[in-house]
Amino acid sequence: MLNVSIYRYNPEVDSEPYMQDFQFDTEGKDIMVLDVLEKLKIEDPTLVFRRSCREGVCGSDGMNISGKNGLACVTPLSEAVKKNKLVIRPLPGLPVIRDLVIDMSQFYAQYEKIQPYMINNSPAPAIERLQSQEERAKLDGLYECILCACCSTACPSFWWNPDKFIGPSGLLQAYRFLADSRDTATEARLANLDDPFSVFRCHGIMNCVQVCPKGLNPTKAIGHIRDMLIRTAT
Amino acid sequence: MVTTVTSLGRSGLSDWLIQRVSAYVMTAYLIFIVGYLMLTPELSYSQWAALNSSLPMRMFSLLTILSIAAHAWIGLWCVLTDYITVRLIGPKATALRIIFQLGMIAITLLYVIWAIDILWGI
Repeated sequence: MLNVSIYRYNPEVDSEPYMQDFQFDTEGKDIMVLDVLEKLKIEDPTLVFRRSCREGVCGSDGMNISGKNGLACVTPLSEAVKKNKLVIRPLPGLPVIRDLVIDMSQFYAQYEKIQPYMINNSPAPAIERLQSQEERAKLDGLYECILCACCSTACPSFWWNPDKFIGPSGLLQAYRFLADSRDTATEARLANLDDPFSVFRCHGIMNCVQVCPKGLNPTKAIGHIRDMLIRTAT
Repeated sequence: MVTTVTSLGRSGLSDWLIQRVSAYVMTAYLIFIVGYLMLTPELSYSQWAALNSSLPMRMFSLLTILSIAAHAWIGLWCVLTDYITVRLIGPKATALRIIFQLGMIAITLLYVIWAIDILWGI
């Protein structure tokens, strides 16, 4: 039997959070952490967590699994269980609404700040704005972000200043639009980032890279933003 | 854009650049001093005084002092804005942070002035 320890907190009933222990029979199968949660929810319907696509595309079930942020739906027990124990907590650093569900408003506020949409005020061409294959290739490793918040909530700089530091996820997206040949707001975007908090709170510890379930590299993108700032400001 | 008035360069890029350049200056100074001491095993007071009273050495020392001051200002400012915040310790944090920041800046500047006095007093 697998020992599963889950963070529980219902602010309407509990005065403070606690860890609840469950026994779970895996039947010898290497199933995903989300499967465990789904089965435990049948046992205890008060257990609350977010989930949707259950295949690592929607980014709903980001949580802290045995100490490492990840998506429950694509994390197999063989990766998550240590000493026959599975510990599941909500993503750290953001307010808990209930059990494993966190309030992601601050995370989305930072995402909104970087204007995550194409800005191009020139008249739209008849069919589409074309890009060369090389220009398109620059967006690889950037556009795949699913905003699960695993990276930003693994970042101490984001824990301390979630209202000022944009965080790895937002900065990866910021670079996605800075690198896009069709976007014409590069200067204005860069001008919004040159303060001691938005980008420069990143000290390059690479927790974001370690946890990204899509294998993306926000630290590298932040380095590119810094290079662009240096090119325009020196 | 987040506004700041107590950071050294007011701009994140400027602080970042100063932090890197000052680190190189401090490393160069450390290598020079350690190298000099190792290559001069029987160092006399007059040799040491002559080295430190020469203009190039005074300038190198002063540059290092300024680098330490700038490096410390940027680094400590980061630490203070990470941990002494309203989010972490409540509404009194703002006043406390300003006191610590201004105190840190004052001490840093006093050390620089003191160092200049020492360097040119040799």
